[in-house]
Amino acid sequence: MSAPAVRLPVSRGLSRWLGEHLSLLAGAGILAFFILLALAAPLVAPYDPVAQMADVRLQPPSLAHPFGTDNFGRDVLSRVIWGTRIDLQIAFIGVAFPFVIGTLLGTVAGFFGGIVDTVFMRVIDIILAFPFLVLMLSIIAILGPGLASFYIAMALVGWVSYARLVRAQILVLKNSDYAVAAVSLGFSRARIMFRHLLPNAIAGSLVFVMSDAVLVLLNGAAISYLGLGVQPPTAEWGIMVAEGQPFVTTAWWITLFPGLSIVFLAFAFSLLGDALGDLLGVHE
Amino acid sequence: MHRYKFVLYRPLQLLPVLFGISVITFVLVRLIPGDPARVLLGTRATPTAIARIREQYGLDEPIWLQYFYFIENLGRGEMGKSILYKIDVLKLIATRIEPTLMLVLTSVVLSILIALPMSAIAARCQGRLPDHAVRIVSTMGIGFPPFWLALMLIIFFSVQLDLFPVSGYGETIPEKLWHLALPSLTIALSLSAVITRSLRAAMIHSLRSDVATAARARGMPEGIVFWRHVLPNSLVPTINLLAVNIGWLIGGSVVVESVFALPGMGQLLVRAIFSRDYMVVQGVAMVFACATVLVNFLADIITVTVDPRVKL
Repeated sequence: MSAPAVRLPVSRGLSRWLGEHLSLLAGAGILAFFILLALAAPLVAPYDPVAQMADVRLQPPSLAHPFGTDNFGRDVLSRVIWGTRIDLQIAFIGVAFPFVIGTLLGTVAGFFGGIVDTVFMRVIDIILAFPFLVLMLSIIAILGPGLASFYIAMALVGWVSYARLVRAQILVLKNSDYAVAAVSLGFSRARIMFRHLLPNAIAGSLVFVMSDAVLVLLNGAAISYLGLGVQPPTAEWGIMVAEGQPFVTTAWWITLFPGLSIVFLAFAFSLLGDALGDLLGVHE
Repeated sequence: MHRYKFVLYRPLQLLPVLFGISVITFVLVRLIPGDPARVLLGTRATPTAIARIREQYGLDEPIWLQYFYFIENLGRGEMGKSILYKIDVLKLIATRIEPTLMLVLTSVVLSILIALPMSAIAARCQGRLPDHAVRIVSTMGIGFPPFWLALMLIIFFSVQLDLFPVSGYGETIPEKLWHLALPSLTIALSLSAVITRSLRAAMIHSLRSDVATAARARGMPEGIVFWRHVLPNSLVPTINLLAVNIGWLIGGSVVVESVFALPGMGQLLVRAIFSRDYMVVQGVAMVFACATVLVNFLADIITVTVDPRVKL
């Protein structure tokens, strides 16, 4: 008789925990699915993503080709699966460089203050005056099309948001008791900055990483769509949408599925961002 | 009147930013590897034309003097000629401003028309089904790639229903608005997702504010409390949000203009990149940056006007 009485609160606690962390679980679940798909692409994809099969051009979805085929007779499902690799890479690398550079510069600027800080803040103001995508496109125009140019442009432009976020935190934290204590103990500046201040200042940036990943993914796909990022015949979701555009009225499946993949991956990042914000107590 | 003092001194504060914008746009073209004169004129340039460009921009002079010439030319309203269109870049851009401006304005109006009812319903049903639905839809809406959403709208509204044109721009104002319907809906669907998230939070905050409670205590019906007190107080953060997102909005318009072949600045930029028309790239980047600065300045003025408590 006592067993249900014990089990009930536990299961209620579990369902409550699940309910409260629904966005965390859903976001992590979708992201894990895409990561597994990317890793297992050669095993899961039914066809070669760039193999052209002349006899099956523009086939609607069927059992043999669940997402249909494109105008070269390439299997859209296989291309979407292989595209996962490139688009995840775009989101991860496109966020990683700006995150590291921006956090380092923002920490140093906030900690030292004075002329260093003023110069950094002015540079940030100027870069932020340019619409993000316009500055990205202008830099890619100079470097030439391609993923490498995209990553370089991201590193040059994207760091400003992270620098601003972490600098604002460091400015507050460097006057806290534990920072003053660390100074009076004679710790080196580097140790105070990176061992004491940075771990306490980073929460907001970690949440921002997720909403930034959405923007980077959308911008990366948009730049490939415009023909300035990933080059054909590589399977990438943005360029797949561009390739399907001439057939959009007759063969909708070429554009629908890569676009939906972007929507779901972006949704996963947004959900994780919301969940992380709640967990770390950070709100924009 | 003294609340508006910043209108006089803010442009002075903005001078360093404008200086920075001019330096970045100047550097953009100078960073291209190779002889700038040859780059600007294309591969088939004659030696006399190259010599003329070298003299016009002082390409044999030190870099700081070249920058001075660049600013001097700008002062005369000249940035250099487009290789493709053979006219001065600033004159070329001037002909392309209207479609972009119309696209941005219609998108903002449309997105507010979508976001207002969505956030009002969510805020008044907080924690219940309609609220959850709005939150999921707006979280998902942020991740819609504009170039793909545009094509999906084309399939539905142009191919299935045959309601709106797929590309181009008109001559008269009704024609233009008709052509802008799908492009602005594309941007508005994404933008309204961003606005809804912030507007919902602002409305929930004002629904619980003392102002709203006092109004209810005076016996004011909930509907009037909402229209007269909650809504106006929630709109101020939304104006700032729109200003902060103007760069993102311009980026979206660049992509959407390319999808719908709208003859605006965004389409000009993308075509210029492909034809290596670097002067045009430089000019569009500079004009967009100045527009961003201007919009933020205007948003400050609007904020001060609608909210008497704000001091800048």
